[in-house]
Amino acid sequence: MSTRLATGGRLIDRSTRAEFTFNGKRMIGHAGDTLASALLANDQMLVGRSFKYHRPRGIIAAGPEEPNALVNLGRGDRVEPNQRATTTELFAGLESSSQNHWPSLEFDVGVVNNSLARFLPGGFYYKTFIHPRAAWKHLFEPIIRQSAGLGPAPKEGDADRYEHVYAFCDLLIIGGGIAGLQAALTAGQAGKRVMLLEQTAHWGGRAVVDGDTVEDEAAEDWVKSAVDALKTMKNVTLRTRCMGAGVYDHGYVLANERVADHTPMDGRPKQRLWRIRAGHIITATGAIERPLSFAGNDIPGVMLAASVRDYVVNFAVSPGDRTVVVTNNDDAYLTAIALVEAGLSVPVILDARADVTGDLPARARAMGIRVEAGRGIAKVKGGKRVTGVQVCLQAGEGAVMEDIACEAVAMSGGWSPVVHLWSHCGGKLTWSDTLSAFIPDPARPPLNHDGAAMVTCVGAAAGIYDPAEIVRTAVHTDGIQETDAKQTGNIAPIWVMPQGAPIALRSKMWLDYQNDVKVSDVQLAAREGYESVEHTKRYTTLGMATDQGKLSNINGLAVLSQALNMDIPQVGTTTFRPPYTPVTIGALAGEARGDVFQPLRRTPLHEWHDKSGAYWEPVGHWRRPYCYTRGAETHAESVVREVNNTRENLGLLDASTLGKIIVKGPDAGRFLDMLYTNMMSNLAVGKCRYGLMCNEQGFLSDDGVVARIDEDTWLCHTTSGGADRIHGWMEDWLQCEWWDWKVYTANVTEQYAQIAVVGPNARKLLEKIGGMDVSKEALPFMQFADGTLGGFPVRAYRISFSGELSYEIAVPASMGASFWELLHAEGAAFGAMPYGTECLHVLRAEKGFIMIGDETDGTVTPLDLGLAWAVSKKKADFLGKRGMDRNYLSDPDRWQLVGLETLDGSVIPDGSYAVAAGSNENGQRNTEGRVTSTYYSPTLKRGIAMGLVKHGPKRMGEVVEMNKIDGSTVQARIVDPVFFDKAGDKQNA
Amino acid sequence: MHDPVSALNGQTFDGFAKIREIGPLGMITLRCDLAEKPLAAALKKLGLSVPAPRRIVQKDGWSAGWMSPDELLIILPYAQVTDTLETLRNALAKIHFLVADVSDARAVFRIEGDKAGQVLAKLCPVDLTTMEPNELRRTRAAQVAAAFWAEGNGYTLVSFRSVAGYVMGVLSLSATNGSELTGA
Amino acid sequence: MLTLQCPYCGVQADETELSPGYEAHLKRYGPDSTPEEFESYMFARKNPKGVHFERWRHAYGCGKWFLAARDTNTLEVFGTYPAQSTEPPADLQAKIKQKRPDWEGYK
Repeated sequence: MSTRLATGGRLIDRSTRAEFTFNGKRMIGHAGDTLASALLANDQMLVGRSFKYHRPRGIIAAGPEEPNALVNLGRGDRVEPNQRATTTELFAGLESSSQNHWPSLEFDVGVVNNSLARFLPGGFYYKTFIHPRAAWKHLFEPIIRQSAGLGPAPKEGDADRYEHVYAFCDLLIIGGGIAGLQAALTAGQAGKRVMLLEQTAHWGGRAVVDGDTVEDEAAEDWVKSAVDALKTMKNVTLRTRCMGAGVYDHGYVLANERVADHTPMDGRPKQRLWRIRAGHIITATGAIERPLSFAGNDIPGVMLAASVRDYVVNFAVSPGDRTVVVTNNDDAYLTAIALVEAGLSVPVILDARADVTGDLPARARAMGIRVEAGRGIAKVKGGKRVTGVQVCLQAGEGAVMEDIACEAVAMSGGWSPVVHLWSHCGGKLTWSDTLSAFIPDPARPPLNHDGAAMVTCVGAAAGIYDPAEIVRTAVHTDGIQETDAKQTGNIAPIWVMPQGAPIALRSKMWLDYQNDVKVSDVQLAAREGYESVEHTKRYTTLGMATDQGKLSNINGLAVLSQALNMDIPQVGTTTFRPPYTPVTIGALAGEARGDVFQPLRRTPLHEWHDKSGAYWEPVGHWRRPYCYTRGAETHAESVVREVNNTRENLGLLDASTLGKIIVKGPDAGRFLDMLYTNMMSNLAVGKCRYGLMCNEQGFLSDDGVVARIDEDTWLCHTTSGGADRIHGWMEDWLQCEWWDWKVYTANVTEQYAQIAVVGPNARKLLEKIGGMDVSKEALPFMQFADGTLGGFPVRAYRISFSGELSYEIAVPASMGASFWELLHAEGAAFGAMPYGTECLHVLRAEKGFIMIGDETDGTVTPLDLGLAWAVSKKKADFLGKRGMDRNYLSDPDRWQLVGLETLDGSVIPDGSYAVAAGSNENGQRNTEGRVTSTYYSPTLKRGIAMGLVKHGPKRMGEVVEMNKIDGSTVQARIVDPVFFDKAGDKQNA
Repeated sequence: MHDPVSALNGQTFDGFAKIREIGPLGMITLRCDLAEKPLAAALKKLGLSVPAPRRIVQKDGWSAGWMSPDELLIILPYAQVTDTLETLRNALAKIHFLVADVSDARAVFRIEGDKAGQVLAKLCPVDLTTMEPNELRRTRAAQVAAAFWAEGNGYTLVSFRSVAGYVMGVLSLSATNGSELTGA
Repeated sequence: MLTLQCPYCGVQADETELSPGYEAHLKRYGPDSTPEEFESYMFARKNPKGVHFERWRHAYGCGKWFLAARDTNTLEVFGTYPAQSTEPPADLQAKIKQKRPDWEGYK
């Protein structure tokens, strides 16, 4: 059994007990434990089931590369699936449970998949996709969905808080081992602004665990004085629990700080995403140990050799009394030595190398540890727990030479430098035969904005493992890559153990533990013709799990290269993509959730609407009242009431969202003549004119009323959604094309609250509150005047989007709410009611006024909409003129705007098409038009619509068939789009 | 004349920094060739001078901020906007210019306290430590446009009026107690 | 996540403070232009792997449009310059030519 040793443990505080639960079982750990070390201390070796075969799985690693020990943490609104026990710091009250099992971890029916393994080979998913097709949908998919999958997604909103922070530095160093510390010391002393990030809670990396000597000091002491020195430097920022997640263009780096994962609900944000812009980046991210591929290498109790060392040295956890060490390199001997020094037994070190020399093996032998060269493991014995190993010749086919009883196996297949961050932004790799590993190629680094190298790797991340070499070389902080560093491997490239293993053994050799990919699966893929590593990855799912193949991608592609008879560098690696380890969505969202998920734009009258029954409609980032409901009204009933009241009495509309752009200068008239399809330069001061804007293709882009303020000043109204876009459009032309024209623009949209006073009683209300002359004579239709109303400074426009007598009144935004309230108070006697956007739509549709975004969709020209009168034929040029001249846009067969009236009075559904005879080559019904706006008209007491119909204006009175959602059609007559008061008597009154 | 009301009517938030919506403040957008002599003369009359690129000139509650190569933002007491507009129009009559009252199109916030910079560091992609004295920085605060400068014990930040509630929201979240950036 | 220096206000702007405006130095063809000319103006865009000239607007800053010369492959930025330029500045062209001897010029 695994247990806590009586003494030792660098990181644990034995005086602090932390009670926690795993699958409901109460356990005790210490402050400083990870969840994984605490589980092992409580003899909980079995922690999960594998994804596909539901094989029992135990803790294999001690860091972020862990593929097996994924757990659910917390409960309710704080549940987190797929958390690695090896990187989860223990705290009192932690609740955890295992995943991928049903009904229980100990007894799992899914393990039947295990015995069916030969029916679930590599490429299983692809094969079942193909045939028989029905089997996938009805047989395979339901079973797989029930029994596979990782932790369940949380159902409740995340109760925790996350935030972003921007940071800037000259040099960002990722990794707080001796390499990163040395680089930080050098750069810090040179006065650079340095940030140093360490993903764990502790500095020092491997050196402190392995008891290395650094510059004649114990690593532990060297690290402590380095950190102390760095803390005194004002130009150095240190962050622990902060994982460098991704390297992006121009020195941009995302790092995820686990601020309060280990101190939940202490008032701090749970996690913080650092958005760092660095002049240069040093990755000191170390290396990850690889497993060896022998049969049964996934049985709980088989662990990485260095991780076993971590558990013994850092946490005083014994993986079992007897641990067999199996290796192809020297490093694993440290584990054997550490185990024996901790008073545990190492029955044998099985070294696959034929010739075992060197200092470490000599030390082990001197301690009396049995070392067997040229030997390997034929098979691990045990089910939910290792019970022993069968020894074989590495050079052979797996004949069992000896059975050795043990509780744990410590394996080492060598080390893979963590090159992820180097590779994210294009850094290339090269294969080192010395190390049997891919290392960064200093000649092909990722590049910065100035074309210089953006990332430098130091320490084990660069394939430099010797502590003395690391501190000697990790001093180049200006982008120079050390190229003469001594690299020491003492490794033999052993990819399959034993080398001649038969299929029975190869089909039990795990490469990807999380996705259940075995040596035999990769070999099968090669036999089936997969030669590209990227294809093999997808076919077998090798490296596609949440650990992204950190552990054994190299093993997998080595197996693939052998099967293809190619060299490993020829096969290459799959692409490394951010993030390095998973980052929770909450951290990526940061502050953008709840009320501030998106900016909400509020008019000065927003609060009034909110208190007055507004049913909101999003219009861009604005919220506008769709209607105001009263009593038990439905929204449709509210709209009918608002329409009728506005037509008969008085309606008040918050039109503040309309864009308002001042255009001023000696060339302003000339500029607006280019911008609008019609003429604006000849508009008289004090008058208003409706105008259209097109893009250069000749398609309608925006519309609105333009007012001539004075000799060289115009005010352009845009649509609510168009203000910023049109202002940007104006500036684009002024800055980039006609920069010699003397024109200035200013977007004053938000300076004013704009209120439409609409209906037969509009003038009566304004006269009652008093101030300026608003009579027909003083202020006729399509004119404006400045003055005061009710003591407010206003600009009143006689314009109408409803067909009624209408004033749009602009007041300073800071007074908008008071003015609006005054209008309501004084307007009550005239039947004043507020109306919303839907009423606005009905009113304008009854008058046949187009709406940008309804009648237009970016493919509609003014001519399509019967607006030829607003397209100047005199002007030599305007934006869109050449575009409109294209023969496709002057085609007489284009659909054109008409009104549509159903014969039965019903409302045509939104999106309805006019169906024509026959069908097209895809078997779809031919069409000859479509509806663009469709409403129930309370004024006409029937459905009315506008639409674009082929040859429409020439077909007045004809009946077309409009389709409905249920597949039937409704007959509609083509009519004039102006349904109401065609002469305009009401608006001109 | 009716009293102007600022977007949030003086809302405040107390966290590790203090957030206050202030105003209403008078603000005038002024566009012209910034090298024009009448401009310098007009600003001089207001007690100001033409700010250098990305700088703000401040005197007795009046400021002139550099917004772009041909645009200044004049900040002044709200009640003096109308007269000042008239003064500027007269002073600049001979050159090509534009002035517009934008007092009500803006919301203004104070972020105060020793850690005020941290509040902005969470929202703005700006290296605050390299900001120079009297630097006015236009950028974004989370998802909306903003401009800010250091002033007194903290910063003054200007945003558009319609998003004042959003800006108050993100400033308050960023200043929430417990989220200070402390050492590792 | 590029950074580009705004040539007007000097800010080393983050990509999130900018808005893109696609290819620079296009010639506008208006009324009376041939279909081929109009097509070249509206639709024919370069898509080089290498040196490219682009329009960017310092949208969350001074609001000005500027032009940038950039390697679309390595993301190296050769320089930025005002939008009021009919062609890239001579010194910038020389710099690019020096760094990318195979470059055939901006046209």
